[in-house]
Amino acid sequence: MMGLNELWFLLIAVLFVGFFFLEGFDFGVGISTRFLAKNDLERRIMINTIGPFWDANEVWLLTGGGAIFAAFPHWYATMFSGYYVPFVFVLLALIGRGVAFEFRGKVQSARWTKTWDYVVFFGSLLPPFLFGVLFTSILRGMPIDADMNMYAGFTDFVNLYSITGGVTVTILCFLHGLSFLTLRTVGDLQNRSRALAKKVVWLALAALVAFVGLSYDQTDIFTARASVTVPMIGAIVIAYVLAALFLTKKRDGLAFVSSGAGIILTVSVIFASLFPRVMISSLSSAYDLTVYNAASGPYSLKVMTIVAVTLLPFVIGYQIWSYYVFRKRVDGKDLTY
Amino acid sequence: MDELFLARLQFGSTTIFHFLFVPLSIGLVFLVALMETHYVLKGDERYKKLAKFWGHLFLINFAVGVVTGIIQEFQFGMNWSDYSRFVGDVFGAPLAIEALLAFFMESTFIGLWIFGWDRLSPKVHLACIWLVSLGTMMSALWILAANSFMQEPVGFVMNNGRAEMNDFFALLTNPQLAVEFPHVIFGALATGAFFIGGVSAFKILKGQEVDLFKKSFNLAMTVALISGLAIAFSGHAQAKHLMESQPMKMAASEALWEDSGDPAAWTAFAWIDSENQENSFEINIPFALSYLAYEKFQGDVPGMKTLQAEYEATYGEGNYIPPVKTTFWSFRIMVGAGMVMIFASLLGLYFSYRETLAQQKWFLRAMVALISFPFIANSAGWIMTEVGRQPWTVFGLMTTSASISPNVSTASLLLSLIAFSGAYLILAIVLVYLFIREIKKGVEHHEAAPDQKAGDPFDQEVYL
Ligand code: HDD
Ligand code: HEM
Ligand code: HEM
Repeated sequence: MMGLNELWFLLIAVLFVGFFFLEGFDFGVGISTRFLAKNDLERRIMINTIGPFWDANEVWLLTGGGAIFAAFPHWYATMFSGYYVPFVFVLLALIGRGVAFEFRGKVQSARWTKTWDYVVFFGSLLPPFLFGVLFTSILRGMPIDADMNMYAGFTDFVNLYSITGGVTVTILCFLHGLSFLTLRTVGDLQNRSRALAKKVVWLALAALVAFVGLSYDQTDIFTARASVTVPMIGAIVIAYVLAALFLTKKRDGLAFVSSGAGIILTVSVIFASLFPRVMISSLSSAYDLTVYNAASGPYSLKVMTIVAVTLLPFVIGYQIWSYYVFRKRVDGKDLTY
Repeated sequence: MDELFLARLQFGSTTIFHFLFVPLSIGLVFLVALMETHYVLKGDERYKKLAKFWGHLFLINFAVGVVTGIIQEFQFGMNWSDYSRFVGDVFGAPLAIEALLAFFMESTFIGLWIFGWDRLSPKVHLACIWLVSLGTMMSALWILAANSFMQEPVGFVMNNGRAEMNDFFALLTNPQLAVEFPHVIFGALATGAFFIGGVSAFKILKGQEVDLFKKSFNLAMTVALISGLAIAFSGHAQAKHLMESQPMKMAASEALWEDSGDPAAWTAFAWIDSENQENSFEINIPFALSYLAYEKFQGDVPGMKTLQAEYEATYGEGNYIPPVKTTFWSFRIMVGAGMVMIFASLLGLYFSYRETLAQQKWFLRAMVALISFPFIANSAGWIMTEVGRQPWTVFGLMTTSASISPNVSTASLLLSLIAFSGAYLILAIVLVYLFIREIKKGVEHHEAAPDQKAGDPFDQEVYL
């Protein structure tokens, strides 16, 4: 029987999976603006494809953070204070990106627009990279002491493995954004998105192979829960091979689904290998934070479960409705949408 | 510079900054929703134009409100990890519910509202903006539930040195929340109303689109008067409640070192000497403090020295007197601003009624300056509430010095402080610049855009 502690771990995993799936493509679209757009109109079209959605997508992260706070206060405290400096940069990037979307079109000046376009780009590039670094280094283990406080040095954050993780997550989002664009645009822009996606998909596979290889060496994802993680890793590879195939066949919808499945599975593997730990201590496994020793009391978890189970269906319902309202592709002629 | 000081400086300044935009968002979206309601129910196109114009300013502000809020969400873990460990069980729940219930609603329906003018029927479109408004208020409700717990802890038991929730309902029926929530919401409505009132006054002064701006002015002043009165009543309720829940804060906000005696006088002005724990000069209004605290002209109010002795007996040795000057003066600034605002909205409505508004140049100029008052009052209110609670973060349970993250270095704190302040400075400059541009353009400009169907919704040329 699954207890509430396990359930909340699962719910948080779902929130982060949702975050990477949804915000993943709008990070990707933000990154693509630098590589794909030939002129300002195209850049505007691209940004318009995520216009109505990006803010709500980001709320998945806020909810994930809030859920960690509520269900596993020690996890929240250890992680956010331990990763203080990386979070400063994540926050700066999210701040810049959020206002850049709103501000870029407000003044008719090439310099103005260009400045905010750079903010959109770096604001979309940095967070997936830093989240990649964060999650891979959590998997690898960080110096957490008996009081659950993390005192990490530079090389704990920055090493070959964590950088590979960061790059991999960034590329996965980039690809996801490109396949979203093929789905939401028309004509030349659509063709170029697809063409670029076809190249990036191989990059994604290469990065994943490197990442999985290093994980074998650096973490216990192949030993801790091998019966779950190994098939999932296989499925990830299949998802991206399928994505490559569908891109070639111009089955854009299926390509998007495949790249989405790839992201979902990748994030799931990370959470599956962590469980039941939420933060791994590199000093001693006795200091690991787990879903048991980091959790809120049973009463809190019960209340939160009732609230979440009641509210989540509504949230998902109206979010789907909003995607339905804006289902039309964005072209240069009818940009008001 | 020690870590505690830096962490406090950062939390205080980023929170005050966030709370410059929050009340404006809550107030503006409510007024925009009112305007769009006029349009949809009466079919008056002018209200559609107004809703779009003010909606535009709202969106710029909302964007800044959102990004400054993101920092808040993670700052507890980053800077106050021991606090988060201690109360996460109780405090995390309202925060998570806020995100689930309010932030999703705000962000989804705002997207639908911005991009949906031509996609949705007028009624559905109107429903979207009301849902955004509802979202902002729910967000306020849940975050204030969390804040109220810090002022007046309820619904918990101590377990292994942590506060654990044992009664969720008590969090929601916290008497502190019952007085704090209306005060903050009406403060926010007044903020939106004075913003619209002041900008409209400016346009009327300039003789631009006078008829349209008279309409917004009237609507704004009506909301301003109603909320101004509600602010005063709920503020009074807060003061009364403070006598039971945090008498020390009350005494500090009155600079009352010794017991007041019966009946208690209200000190309008005091020269405070915190070192010697006395006031060298005071101007007193007899009976008024008794009235503020008990709603009758008798009753004495305990002074800080008495309370200090009581608190030491309960909580052990220590200094339980908050920074008196800050608490005292921020309270007076808030109340003073509130009085001026009520008076100004009365005058505004009077001039509108007599149809002499456009001739009252001095009044219109004053209204432009008065835009700053609700912002000053809001900040002063929070400063009084939070500083007056010191040395506690959670009243009676946890002190501020025990709340901090032990593993965050001074260098990291300096980095974040500089980074966030720099970013916020840029945000503030850009925001003001954009506000001025939009306001100069006026209402009709947007409608005059050549082809509504072509262009970027993020681009004012087209979508408004
Ligand atoms: C009384 C109201 C109120 C107060 C005291 C606060 N906020 Fe706030 N917050 C709002 C009212 C609000 C809002 C009205 O819902 C916002 C403000 C701008 C915005 O314009 O939406 C918002 C935005 C906002 C966001 C972004 C939401 C999004 O992406 O849509 C976050 C994460 C927070 N806030 C978090 C906080 C935290 C952790 C606070 C405590 C220190 C806080 N806020 C104080
Ligand atoms: C509803 C949300 C809150 C608002 C609007 C708010 C507002 C403020 C304001 C205006 C100040 C005064 C600035 C200063 O003295 O430096 C302050 C100080 C402070 N607040 Fe809050 N606060 C909120 C919630 C919290 C929470 C959740 C914490 C949890 C740690 C907290 C802890 C503090 C601390 C430690 C200070 C510094 C005290 C000081 O410097 O005197 N507050 N807050
Ligand atoms: C008209 C007379 C007013 C009175 C008597 C009054 C009273 C109070 C009191 C006693 C508190 C402290 C509550 C506590 O610490 O628990 C407070 C806080 C506050 N006030 Fe006022 N106030 C007035 C006007 C205003 C105005 C005009 C605004 C803004 C437009 C405002 C905004 C706030 C805010 C944001 C807080 C902090 C949150 C809270 O604790 O409610 N107040 N007020």
